[in-house]
Amino acid sequence: MLRTEDRVVLLRALYVTMVRMRGVEETIADLLEAKEIGCPTHLYTGQEAVAAGVCAALRADDYVFGGHRSHGHYLAKGGDLNALMAELYGKKTGCSGGRGGSMHLVAPEVGVLGTAPLVAGTIPIAVGAALASALRGDGRVTVAFFGDGAAEEGVFHESMNLAAHRKLPVIFACENNSYASHMHLLERRARDNIVASAEAHGMPGRVLDGNDVLAVLSAATEAVRDARSGAGPTLLECRTYRWRGHVGPALDFDVGVRRKDELCEWRGKDPVTRLAEHLLACGMTREDLDGVRRDVDAEVHKAVTFARESAPPEVESLTEHVYRSASERQG
Amino acid sequence: MTARSISYAQAIREAFAQLLAQDSRVFVIGQGLWSPWYVGTSMQDIDTEFGRERIIDSPVSENATTGAAIGAALAGMRPIVVHPRMDFMLLAVDQIVNEAANWHYMFNGRVNVPVVIRPVINRGGEQGAQHSQALHAWFAHVPGLKVVMPATPYDAKGLLIAAVHDGNPVVYIDDRWLYGEMGEVPEDPYSVPIGQAAVRRRGRDVTVVATSYMVVEAMKAASALEEVGIDAEVIDLRSVRPLDEATIFASVKKTGRLVVADAAWLSCGVGAEVAARVAGGAFEALRAPIGRVGLPDAPAPTSRALEDAYYPRAGQIVTEVRRLTGGGKSRDGVAVARGRH
Ligand SMILES: Cc1ncc(C[n+]2csc(CCOP(=O)(O)OP(=O)(O)O)c2C)c(N)n1
Repeated sequence: MLRTEDRVVLLRALYVTMVRMRGVEETIADLLEAKEIGCPTHLYTGQEAVAAGVCAALRADDYVFGGHRSHGHYLAKGGDLNALMAELYGKKTGCSGGRGGSMHLVAPEVGVLGTAPLVAGTIPIAVGAALASALRGDGRVTVAFFGDGAAEEGVFHESMNLAAHRKLPVIFACENNSYASHMHLLERRARDNIVASAEAHGMPGRVLDGNDVLAVLSAATEAVRDARSGAGPTLLECRTYRWRGHVGPALDFDVGVRRKDELCEWRGKDPVTRLAEHLLACGMTREDLDGVRRDVDAEVHKAVTFARESAPPEVESLTEHVYRSASERQG
Repeated sequence: MTARSISYAQAIREAFAQLLAQDSRVFVIGQGLWSPWYVGTSMQDIDTEFGRERIIDSPVSENATTGAAIGAALAGMRPIVVHPRMDFMLLAVDQIVNEAANWHYMFNGRVNVPVVIRPVINRGGEQGAQHSQALHAWFAHVPGLKVVMPATPYDAKGLLIAAVHDGNPVVYIDDRWLYGEMGEVPEDPYSVPIGQAAVRRRGRDVTVVATSYMVVEAMKAASALEEVGIDAEVIDLRSVRPLDEATIFASVKKTGRLVVADAAWLSCGVGAEVAARVAGGAFEALRAPIGRVGLPDAPAPTSRALEDAYYPRAGQIVTEVRRLTGGGKSRDGVAVARGRH
């Protein structure tokens, strides 16, 4: 059990992470609306507790992989905010030098080895990173973040089987937000039972309230402990909701994809507000909370300025990095 | 038959509607079919018109849905599988290449696979490496598959209908950059024969063979070349496999020069195939090296600054043609300004 003051420190850190994600995503929504950002961007607003909770259970040298909706994973693992924003602007200073955009984020210095948008595509890659850790015995854990849609791809099942059979140190973190682009889960699956795949493939599976960061943190901590100790993988099905539409700043009401009252209901379960209330109950003041928000606003504002003022990549660099060069190899 | 001008996207939609109306064996399966945005307007409201039993918006399961369509085709249906981006179809390559393409041959022609697979090339818009690939050459490499790439509204409709009637696995590839193109399209259903190229513009000095969206750029290039006195013949390949050698040979025999414009990578691509065929079958007609226009040898970047430089346009075709023609001729046929531009 944590002492009270340690607990408050931990909660406050989680709060900062989540407010940061929220601030970043909502600012990006405005920038998309203003057409300052042009790349396809899938916002994470509403799902903050998952990335924050899972990544808080990880070490700095642990790995994470994500998909098309991965700003939150990148930030929670410690990816640089300026580099994220510049990437969205297609600038040379972006984390992928402007070659990637919102869907291809990378920060190897903090264990983000890449996010990529082909649904389920990074799940086996995460298993592979875990295999490397197992072979080397380096004690690292890898997390694969993916959506409920990814659970429909064959490779999800193949990856789980491989990981469970070899007891690899990997966590399958499914963010079940009920939708895959325009379709509700029950339009795509016979049953709402993604977690059942865990049992079928031979690993523990847990359904969590993905909007309760403490629930996520505690389940992730257990899964990380098991993975690191050689007990093998875990599937965490985190039930959550994305506030924005599939892509861009839209809400997707107009197109008949989902209902307004559903969003209202989930806004009522706002993971950020829930943590704030918890912090108030633990003795943090409204002023403290406002201070966190103000700091975040200033930081996000700076990142936008950095991105705006950065130079685009040179056209001459178009065919660089297709292959690793000899000079890079020496480095 | 009355002709009216409609868009490429509308022409695709019309082909779908007529195929579904005429033949109860036709059904459609794929991602985004109930969505308002996945494939532009090319299938808008097709589910409300024909019902969600026949227009099946699938789970995110490319390999399974493609395989299921192949199975349904074997069992007597006429499925069309839609992959809203060609990149997603790569998850189904096993079913397409190992199964569908080989089936008829493996079983000595006793069963056939009348399936149409429609991947959409969806480049640009800062979508990056995994949402922009034009991989028609891959599929055209495989015996047992046919690969068509309509460039006009007329062909978009006629080739889709031909593909469904073909009786073989046909990969029908459309490009979203073409969706707004307008052209005359008859209202009644009709087929455009698979395996025939079309001469879009007659010319004497150079043959430009183009695929899909590059036909639009080739036509622009031909206008620009006219300005400098170069008369280009533009051939729309339409069908990458089978490939219409005869039309290309006849043209090259007339012009003596060839440029192939394809919006994919050059290495092992369609341009290489066309060039090899011409070198093998019309070599003596060539008065200059063969030119090729395509993507730089790199995956697609997202940054607008790089994207603009990445996708080939009419200017590159003009440059390539001028390189081969020695700069172009003045109106009276005298060669002008030589060299690379
Ligand atoms: C292999 C593949 N198929 C289809 C797509 C198109 N696509 C992009 S996101 C998406 C939905 C994914 O849903 P989910 O995994 O639940 O993640 P969410 O968007 O809800 O976060 C789809 C189908 C894709 N990117 N890759």
